[in-house]
Amino acid sequence: MTALVEVGGLHFRYGSSRRGTGQDWTLADISLALPARGTLGIVGESGSGKSTLIRLMCGLLRPDRGALSFDGRPVTDWLATDRRAFLARNQIVFQNPRRSLDPRMTVARALAEPVRSLESRQPTDAELAASLARVGLQAEVLGRYPHQLSGGQLQRVAIARALSVRPAVLYADEPTSALDVSVQAQVLNLLMDLREDLGLALVMVTHNLAVVARLTEHVIVLHRGRVVEAGPTHRVLGSPENPYTAALVAAAADVSLARAGWDEAEERR
Amino acid sequence: MLTIRDLRVSVGPLELVHIERLDIAQGRRVGLVGESGSGKSITAMSIAGLQPREARLAGSVRFEDRELVGLSDAAMAKVRGARIGFIPQDPTRALNPTTRVGPQVAEALRLNTDLGGAAIRARVLELFAQVRLPEPEVLYQRYPHQISGGQQQRVLIAMAIAARPQLLIADEPTTALDVTVQNEILRLILDLSRAQRMALLFVSHELGVVRAVCDDIGVIYGGRMVELASAGALAETPRHRYTAALIGANPGLPGGDEIAAMTGRRFAVIEGSVPAAGRFPAGCRFRNRCRHATAACAEDPPITPQGGNGWVKCWHPVGTEAGR
Repeated sequence: MTALVEVGGLHFRYGSSRRGTGQDWTLADISLALPARGTLGIVGESGSGKSTLIRLMCGLLRPDRGALSFDGRPVTDWLATDRRAFLARNQIVFQNPRRSLDPRMTVARALAEPVRSLESRQPTDAELAASLARVGLQAEVLGRYPHQLSGGQLQRVAIARALSVRPAVLYADEPTSALDVSVQAQVLNLLMDLREDLGLALVMVTHNLAVVARLTEHVIVLHRGRVVEAGPTHRVLGSPENPYTAALVAAAADVSLARAGWDEAEERR
Repeated sequence: MLTIRDLRVSVGPLELVHIERLDIAQGRRVGLVGESGSGKSITAMSIAGLQPREARLAGSVRFEDRELVGLSDAAMAKVRGARIGFIPQDPTRALNPTTRVGPQVAEALRLNTDLGGAAIRARVLELFAQVRLPEPEVLYQRYPHQISGGQQQRVLIAMAIAARPQLLIADEPTTALDVTVQNEILRLILDLSRAQRMALLFVSHELGVVRAVCDDIGVIYGGRMVELASAGALAETPRHRYTAALIGANPGLPGGDEIAAMTGRRFAVIEGSVPAAGRFPAGCRFRNRCRHATAACAEDPPITPQGGNGWVKCWHPVGTEAGR
């Protein structure tokens, strides 16, 4: 079975017109495969290159080296000849909906915008209402502006907007880390339900390993722009082989567990 | 040592925070956990006298037999420098980018201690070693942008403890840092508090972080403290419905084999969203999002003592029959 998205030996650096020594890649030698309806978590600390990687995968940045294909065709080829079809099938939801949605646009306009630019048509009011209903919002939200909505409602709008052009892959870049803690679970459950109902592939960048454990079947761990570990999520997080992954898991499991070790050290003193 | 009674912080007609009671004994570490908009940061800043200009304080904050509410800015600055240390949230914004970090800490010592000249420099180097900065002599001459975020936060901790304060207030001190660095900073704060018998008020939105450092934890929602308990009791047997719901909605990562069973499992949900300031319901602030709310919750809940010095402010705490 061929993968829906395939990445092989990918390299990237910002401002890459000047070829350096190879030491300063933002991402180096990245390989991965994502099947249709597959789920992939990308974890690592800030600066590890995880957000850059999904921007490359959905066509917002161009790799400097290596192969990147979608549905059996190189992404460069897609972007040259079928750009709009590629963008429609690869949609991304960003971390902060207050920044990703235009404050001067009503929800109705923001929702219609991808359909207008990628399918060259104005969606009907019924379509817009249905699109909101899918993410658990009432049609009355259509006339509102971003500042009139809560962070959780806005992120639902951003998700509805991404889904309006029927993507095959939904990329999510820390989709809940700008939200109130008590609202995050709602949005994560919504993503889980939508993925299943619509048969989407989901690629999720997050620093929250508990989220990765529930939402993704496979995970890659990035450290300084390189993949240090990859595999089924339960294996990578359950029994990490790479020391960096092990440190991330130990730090995330529950910081309070670290306290036990500190207290022992204190008693020995 | 620190005794808070009915501390109210308001801006114009809007009351942002009403802390009915909070006590911190010498050497005791107390955490304050809440979401954005809960009022946790403004509470910490108000105790340190760093509240925004337009904020008005009422009620009582007694610290070492002195009333802090109503103190002049100058008098408060003196208390803060010498007796209360403050660690801010974002180290990149708290340091002066145009001055080397050593002299910045030296300035804090010059203002808040009797030390002079060479003694100040020696004390800065001693502080740098204490906060586990590598090569203090070299670090002294660095500008903020030349050191990492974790090192910047260590410099700020050195500044906060420079005058050997009795109380250290930390406002989300690790939020801007990566998780592996975060744990080192938490460990440092815990060790310093223990070694110097320094009380700590530690504010965070992450229960796990607070639990790693604190003896007692208070939970704040809608500007009100809703529960206080020992760190273990709060995490294991929360009594307030909000605390319990918050813990349920943000499960930690289970160990080893249990992870496989997590795939596809949904998160427990708290309905609705945090209201804007001034839009919280009367009575229990959480009642419009609480599955256990009854008509009784429209009245302000009483503070009910629990084990130890803990308490809960809820009409139907976890473990009681009423409220479904």
